[in-house]
Amino acid sequence: MARIGVFVCHCGFNIAGVVDVKRVVEEIKKLPDVAFAADYKYMCSEPGQNLIRQAIKEHKLDGVVVAACSPSMHEVTFRKAAASAGVNPYRTEIANIREQVSWPHQNYPEEATLKAIEVIRTIIEKVRYDESLIPLGIPVIKKALVIGGGIAGLTVALDIANAGYPVILVEKGEELGGKVRRLSGLYINFNAPDGFLEEKIKAVMEHPNVTVLTRSEVKEVGGYVGNFIVKVETPSGEKSFDVGAIVVATGFDLYPLQALGEYGGGRYPDVITALEFERMLKDGLKRPSDGKEVKSVAFVQCAGSRDPQRHRPYCSKICCMYIAKQASLFKQKVPDGQALVFYIDIRSQGKKYEEFVQRAIMDYGVLYIRGKVARVYEEGGRVFVRGVDTLSGRPVEAEVDLAVLANAVVASPGTEELAKRLRVATDAFGFFQEAHPKLRPVESLTAGVFIAGAAQFPKDIPETIAQASGAAAKVLGLFAQRELIQEPTVAYVVEELCSGCGLCIEACPYEARALHPWKGIATVNVALCQGCGACAVVCPNKASRVRNFTPLQYLAMVEEIAR
Amino acid sequence: MEFEPRIVGFLCNWCAYSGADLAGTSRIQYPPNIRVIRLMCTGALDPIYVLRAFLEGADGILIAGCHPGDCHYLNGNYKARRRVAILKEILKELGLEEDRVWLRWISASEGQRFADTVKEMVEYLKAKGPSPMKNPIL
Ligand SMILES: Cc1cc2nc3c(=O)[nH]c(=O)nc-3n(C[C@H](O)[C@H](O)[C@H](O)COP(=O)(O)OP(=O)(O)OC[C@H]3O[C@@H](n4cnc5c(N)ncnc54)[C@H](O)[C@@H]3O)c2cc1C
Ligand code: SF4
Ligand code: SF4
Ligand code: FES
Repeated sequence: MARIGVFVCHCGFNIAGVVDVKRVVEEIKKLPDVAFAADYKYMCSEPGQNLIRQAIKEHKLDGVVVAACSPSMHEVTFRKAAASAGVNPYRTEIANIREQVSWPHQNYPEEATLKAIEVIRTIIEKVRYDESLIPLGIPVIKKALVIGGGIAGLTVALDIANAGYPVILVEKGEELGGKVRRLSGLYINFNAPDGFLEEKIKAVMEHPNVTVLTRSEVKEVGGYVGNFIVKVETPSGEKSFDVGAIVVATGFDLYPLQALGEYGGGRYPDVITALEFERMLKDGLKRPSDGKEVKSVAFVQCAGSRDPQRHRPYCSKICCMYIAKQASLFKQKVPDGQALVFYIDIRSQGKKYEEFVQRAIMDYGVLYIRGKVARVYEEGGRVFVRGVDTLSGRPVEAEVDLAVLANAVVASPGTEELAKRLRVATDAFGFFQEAHPKLRPVESLTAGVFIAGAAQFPKDIPETIAQASGAAAKVLGLFAQRELIQEPTVAYVVEELCSGCGLCIEACPYEARALHPWKGIATVNVALCQGCGACAVVCPNKASRVRNFTPLQYLAMVEEIAR
Repeated sequence: MEFEPRIVGFLCNWCAYSGADLAGTSRIQYPPNIRVIRLMCTGALDPIYVLRAFLEGADGILIAGCHPGDCHYLNGNYKARRRVAILKEILKELGLEEDRVWLRWISASEGQRFADTVKEMVEYLKAKGPSPMKNPIL
């Protein structure tokens, strides 16, 4: 015989203004197994919670039903309160008589009162068969995998390593450093990145906690938060690592030049990407077609960005700034040269960014033309850029030595396959999807997998480093826990009933189930199980069940309310 | 007295149940004929529960979960859709009224849709009359 206590909340007038709470208590008291029932103005208040604690002790209750607001509001509150007086939190349940009774049935007090009684009766049935459970503790392997060795990956690896934990850094290419390695000078002071980049790479390479694997790729990811098993293909064969957390820092790519035919992309040698122009700024400003000195450059911003009809609808975010930088750098090197920038509008949101763009115009004499470029073509060894000056409304045409396109920033190649291996989502444009656009920007929706840098969306270096340190902090937060606490309402198998048919293994969306190697019955990996119940429904023998969501409980509840 | 149908609602925790909560929070009014059982996912609904509810005297069953593609557990709602389709076939074969079982997708932000669904279902079942499936022995 269970000894269940039922606590009916008035929620001020929110419930009591519609539901006759006194009558509810009187009716509930008559039920078998109900050892105590009472109502109170605000159950969630301190005195309300005390009432529950006291009743548990005085009446030796072993189960609690709180009839109040939705479980999404105070289930945790009441489970804690009951637990502190000795009732297992998993034998404490909420009957939702506010959101689903008093509020939507304000003009039907009689029906609402009867409905409240029935809702409570069903929850009593559930509690009657609820097991006492303890949360599962899952150990955490305090070792991280970082994928991608650009400025984002380097930062993450160094932050984690400096905190004292081992890191495996996997880089697909020959060298570390990513795109930053290819940049000539950086806004907003034109300094070459080489100094700080080399320093960072050296710190990572020499760090006793970091294992760097270049020319390597992640081939397989198994396991779950705190306990991933990763297979990495390296030049010296496949290696396997056990890690507790994974950070994706695979960066970005540029929209292919060939796809920008209207700007002459891929058609003319003197129409190049901004990344190629970075190299020219380093190695010498010679025209690709004939090696002649470059004296005039037209920069085309938003090449493929903000163009929902033909290309990408989004703003690539970094181009306005690096074009201002490249145009200024060009004028520094070729003071008598000409730099034209075609733009839709300038987005320079960052500390001292707007001033930097103004300097390009005022100090370096870069000519900004507001207008969308319609066509770029080459004729007689000259590049022509045609567009409309949207300020004056007149068509413009520029004749230059070289056209530099600010190609849209797109997801790095291979993102889709990697995302599948990691079981994380990508967004509509193939970037890694963050768990929440505002509140959880460095996490993926898969526990234990984090995102850093341009792999999530275009970012410049300061933003990349900020997010990378954020991701590292998240990993360290995970590593600071002795073990991970998980809900114990997971699936289990009644061994005597299981025939080993394996249907549940197929049904499980989380690969949480397997056939026992010699017993021939299904087993559950509780760390992977999310308690969805898919296995329980397919099991022909009712051998697979989810704790505290058993068929016995559902049928008892159905009986209570269908009648 | 007018016939008041009794509806059992199986709502998934992440979408439809939250949608029902939102209807309440927004004070959207709907008839009190529905009794809700919370499931973690529509994919956890065993058709036995539906049959049992009919035998016990339910006049209609509402199964509601996340929109296709939005299931918290990836694909539970697709499993539910298949299962409900089969259940309806079986009911038809037995000469029972499959149109007393409704499957709807209701997100956590669709409080109005939840209320409208209940209203619509109550009217539909009123027109239909009491379910003949109630087991007289029970
Ligand atoms: C033309 C141009 C000029 C720029 N100028 C500036 C500037 O002046 N100032 C500024 O702040 N920012 C500038 N930026 C932006 C800057 O380049 C980015 O902020 C920075 O590169 C982002 O770093 P990241 O590590 O996220 O990505 P990346 O630099 O793209 O690095 C990603 C790394 O991951 C590796 N990788 C990819 N996939 C895998 C995989 N599957 N497995 C293993 N490794 C993988 C890649 O090989 C690469 O090494 C500029 C960008 C461009 C295009
Ligand atoms: S409850 Fe869901 S996640 Fe857990 S074993 Fe069953 S099917 Fe897999
Ligand atoms: S479906 Fe049931 S009987 Fe078949 S293997 Fe799974 S638990 Fe065992
Ligand atoms: S969680 Fe809502 S249908 Fe699966």
